[in-house]
Amino acid sequence: MHVISLRGVSRTFRSTHGDTLALRHTDFDVQENDFVTILGPSGCGKSTLLRIVAGLDHATSGEVLQDGKRITGPGPDRGMVFQSYTLFPWLTVHENVCFGLRERGVARSEQNDIARDFIDRVGLSGFERHYPKQLSGGMQQRTALARALANQPRVLLMDEPFGALDHQTRELMQELLLGIWEAQRKTVLFVTHDIDEAVFMANRVVVMTARPGRIKLERPVELPHPRHYSVKTSPAFAALKAELTDEVRAEVLATQAAQSGRNAA
Amino acid sequence: MLRHPKAARTPFSIGIAMQPLKPVAAGARVALGVAFFVVFVAVWAFATLGGFVSPTFLADPLTMLRSGWTLLTQMGFAHDIGMTVWRVLGGFALAALLALPLGVAMGAYKPIEAFFEPFVSFARYLPASAFIPLLILWAGIGEAQKLAVIFIGSFFQLVLMIAVAVGNTRRDLVEAAYTLGASDRSLVNRVLIPGAAPEIAEILRMVLGWAWTYVIVAELIGASSGIGHMITDSQALLATDQIIFGIIVIGLIGLASDLAFKTLNRRMFPWAQLDR
Repeated sequence: MHVISLRGVSRTFRSTHGDTLALRHTDFDVQENDFVTILGPSGCGKSTLLRIVAGLDHATSGEVLQDGKRITGPGPDRGMVFQSYTLFPWLTVHENVCFGLRERGVARSEQNDIARDFIDRVGLSGFERHYPKQLSGGMQQRTALARALANQPRVLLMDEPFGALDHQTRELMQELLLGIWEAQRKTVLFVTHDIDEAVFMANRVVVMTARPGRIKLERPVELPHPRHYSVKTSPAFAALKAELTDEVRAEVLATQAAQSGRNAA
Repeated sequence: MLRHPKAARTPFSIGIAMQPLKPVAAGARVALGVAFFVVFVAVWAFATLGGFVSPTFLADPLTMLRSGWTLLTQMGFAHDIGMTVWRVLGGFALAALLALPLGVAMGAYKPIEAFFEPFVSFARYLPASAFIPLLILWAGIGEAQKLAVIFIGSFFQLVLMIAVAVGNTRRDLVEAAYTLGASDRSLVNRVLIPGAAPEIAEILRMVLGWAWTYVIVAELIGASSGIGHMITDSQALLATDQIIFGIIVIGLIGLASDLAFKTLNRRMFPWAQLDR
């Protein structure tokens, strides 16, 4: 059985200026232990897709299943890391990581053990008592990752979580996340517009078309694990990257053509 | 450090170079703040002691201090101060106690907001002082009437501002809480309330300042004690020295309570202060 299944999912945003079809009849499955990255130009509906899986948005038609059961709203079985910094500013790093555990009524001592473990895994030991404002952007996102993981979700949903970070920090975060995935084999659905990032971490890359978004193609990434960052310079990586670059580029151009066409009209 | 090219050429007379939005050193800040008080009192002393203004209209600072001392030591003014403080705190605490749950409920639940908001918006513009004649009719000239004036003056303001503070909670924090398994109830208790708490504390501090203006108005009419009562009595005697002393006492108490509130807020919400 698939962990996540989308069946004919589409999403239309209604407004006074008319309706916008953001996502068009999408079918899509995520297997156990999959690391899937969804790649596409801005505004292609990839974040909408992820938010529908999270239960933060709803499909206009079609349905989303998790382990065969229909998703009707957000829940702790689908942990999420957002692009914006969403740590609770009034809680310390430790308290942020404990948020979901406390919600489930886990005993205090067990909460502390779990939090310590995940804070250690993201390399933030010693920062437990810091408030989010005292941390850099990369450290905040590492805490957000620890907070999502500590909750032991079935699927980890990531919406361009490293998008606001500088290039070097972003690459380190990719290695960190990949290392955690290689150790734990969590099921991950990761949205990004960064092709390097998509190929480096995934075992499957999905490319979406320009709006209205649908799945254009899927490619398995057959690079061996554990992956070292030097894999980014290997011929296999370069070949896949070149293909995906062409495919995404075509969609960006299509978006621009559609926009200039609309402006000319 | 960034230096404005003009900064070196146009120094302020006491050695403080001014530049838009450039912070001032802590010592200089205190010195400047005190300096204006000194200037203010100096101008006042010059006008009154120099004989430019008749004592009937404006007492000089020395007379003011002397009669202030007499008020405190011989005329039981300390009791008046105590009564006024008690009325402000009592009326304000009552308003805050009721405004907090209602404001939070309105901020969190939109149907509740839709139900109360139009009326509260209307009620907040009703001037508390205009209710005094009505309140005297209903509650007499006792303490209940004074508390009611403070309550009317602060309750509606508090409710609306607290509702806005709670309603402005960042939506991405709300979404993050839901994906971590938060129930609706714990979203209110663990996200909306703690997130809005520093702003609510600021709102309380501000509205407490307003409550001070209402209490004096309430005491100007139909009171037998309080700072406002002393001021009305002094007016009949043309004792401008006493009136000014009363006004200054109000200002000082307001300043002290404001500072205490600020310090308390900073202690209670360290996370909200880290970047300031």
